[in-house]
Amino acid sequence: MSEGRYGGHGGQYVPETLMNELIRLEESYEFYKKNPEFHRELEDLLNQYAGRPSLLYYAEKMTENLGGAKIYIKREDLNHTGSHKINNVLGQVLLAKKMGKKRVIAETGAGQHGVATATAAALLGLECEIFMGKEDTERQKLNVYRMELLGAKVHPVTTGTMTLKDAVNETMREWAMGVEDTLYVLGSVMGPHPFPMMVRDFQSVISREAREQILEKEGKLPAAVVACVGGGSNSMGMFYHFIEDKDVRLIGCEAAGKGLHTGQHAAAIAKGMPGIFHGMKSYFCQDECGQIAPVYSISAGLDYPGIGPEHAYLHDTGRAQYVPVTDGEAVGAFEYLARTEGIICAIESAHAVAYACKIAPAMAREDSIIICLSGRGDKDVAAIARYRGADIGE
Amino acid sequence: MWPQLQDIGGRTSVNRKQEKEREKESDRISGKGREQGMKTKTEIKIGDAFGHGKACIGFVTGGDPSVKKSEEFVRKMVQAGCDLIEIGIPFSDPIAEGPVIQEANLRALSAGIKMEHMFGLAAGVREKTDVPMVFLTYLNPVFRYGYEAFCAKCEETGVNGVLIPDMPYEEKKELLPYAEAHNVDLISVITPAPEQRIRMIAAEAKGFLYVMPSMGVTGGTGEINTDLGKIIALIRSVTDVPAAVGFRAGTSGQAAEMARPADGVIMESAIVSLIARHGEDAGEYIYDYVKKMKAAL
Repeated sequence: MSEGRYGGHGGQYVPETLMNELIRLEESYEFYKKNPEFHRELEDLLNQYAGRPSLLYYAEKMTENLGGAKIYIKREDLNHTGSHKINNVLGQVLLAKKMGKKRVIAETGAGQHGVATATAAALLGLECEIFMGKEDTERQKLNVYRMELLGAKVHPVTTGTMTLKDAVNETMREWAMGVEDTLYVLGSVMGPHPFPMMVRDFQSVISREAREQILEKEGKLPAAVVACVGGGSNSMGMFYHFIEDKDVRLIGCEAAGKGLHTGQHAAAIAKGMPGIFHGMKSYFCQDECGQIAPVYSISAGLDYPGIGPEHAYLHDTGRAQYVPVTDGEAVGAFEYLARTEGIICAIESAHAVAYACKIAPAMAREDSIIICLSGRGDKDVAAIARYRGADIGE
Repeated sequence: MWPQLQDIGGRTSVNRKQEKEREKESDRISGKGREQGMKTKTEIKIGDAFGHGKACIGFVTGGDPSVKKSEEFVRKMVQAGCDLIEIGIPFSDPIAEGPVIQEANLRALSAGIKMEHMFGLAAGVREKTDVPMVFLTYLNPVFRYGYEAFCAKCEETGVNGVLIPDMPYEEKKELLPYAEAHNVDLISVITPAPEQRIRMIAAEAKGFLYVMPSMGVTGGTGEINTDLGKIIALIRSVTDVPAAVGFRAGTSGQAAEMARPADGVIMESAIVSLIARHGEDAGEYIYDYVKKMKAAL
């Protein structure tokens, strides 16, 4: 299968028990991808329900303060449910409905993708079950309750490290039961083909809008676009329509956690090695024997040992650049954006803000940078307080 | 979420006399070293396991609870009548396995088990028995070890085949040339898939076919509502390679029932359950279980 490959990355490395459903999904997606009615319905959901198009906001105070390139912020945090995740789930859950499925299942780390999936399932009338590491259900009780309010059933995953990768394992195991009325709604540009392609297609609305918006405001393309990368869905969405614009730098910010030298990070490009896991060939944090490594980041959304295969390819070809950003840098940027622009962003997105702050001062004033602000930060306030040693009784 | 296994072998203690008989049997099987009446390593084929009654295929996770114990357990399995041994190479994230084998993987990994230990285990088994042996491993540890190095080492240590749960038909071509060059059969899995897919996979099968009678994970509960006979007939229409059925949980009678249309039965997690329960002392329980299973088949 040549499709589903990005250079040597990607593929369909899954148990035979998943192949039937995967092939069915691939065929259905290929059909609906070319179906104008599907696209009309999806666009309607995105615009009338999720609140698209999202704003491209000129951050004037930040620009003045940094004294270099103009800073633009793509406000995915203003979408319904508070992050870019809704773009993908509306696409996938609509597809599930078209395929005649009755039930969707999904993994979630911090709960953003779970909440988004539960939302779309509630709206489109499908049953929804979410698999979430037990550790994460305890750290993110609010999101668990939110999913339950939306009618989803949340299964705490008690295997392995009880975090995101184990939630993916368990969702794959559930999907392998081969129940024909069920579709796996994967949350990032990862996993076996067609997920990396399909999720990228649904998220590419970010750069389709941003490219038009920046041309309208600036009359030229940005010098750089910056986004955080865990599995890599907001960044892939942010990069996609700029890939052919060779002068636009594409920068993905990986979670360097407590520092790359500490071993406590989730930087698959900086510290990972090529590997095969969760259905794809890509870069993974792993030991020398190929055992998947436990990873760490203050940001639960970036706390994943791998990266999507298309990112791995963009890295190999040099088209995109991947940089590490530590917890400390991200927290600093989180606070800076709140004070400077009055925006409390997701700690994931703060990784991108941090790197933009680093490069903007040295760039020309007539150039611009777009930061993808993938989500809002309400969910992170307590963790930031803890990081700063403040007890806010959460 | 998963029901406990029923019928996982006798828990009664075994008396000395039986023990002695077993030792004799062991000597007979092992031939006390490769020289006396044993086959040469290259003569051993997966096909040896089939053709004399239903093949009884046993699975253990290598290094659970230690390499030395795994070797002992494998010996017990062979003494009790296992025709083919499947050794699982521990992996951090075994997505095709249910909780029983997942936990065995974690036990082995926390005991510090690495690939070299697995080859040591295989070599140890091969030194003493002619039993055909296959590894079950996820692809990443093989990818990191290097396809050529891995297959060469399998050949060297007497491993006859490899089953890789996360390498479906569509992805096997990257490993296949190395496996073929080193006489290692890549074992394929058949599920209740569309007929065309079953035929496609079976037509290229090597060694034996691992037939999953229902979807889900190993040791799972997945109700079997598929026509196993029909699947096996489809397989037989395109290949002579033997077909063994994965047996999840239940009585030996149920296993025998399942084996009827097939060439053998793979005990997916029953032996691993015994190891989970009895740890280092699992040997005699494994022997009794396999003996009972083999007799029923």
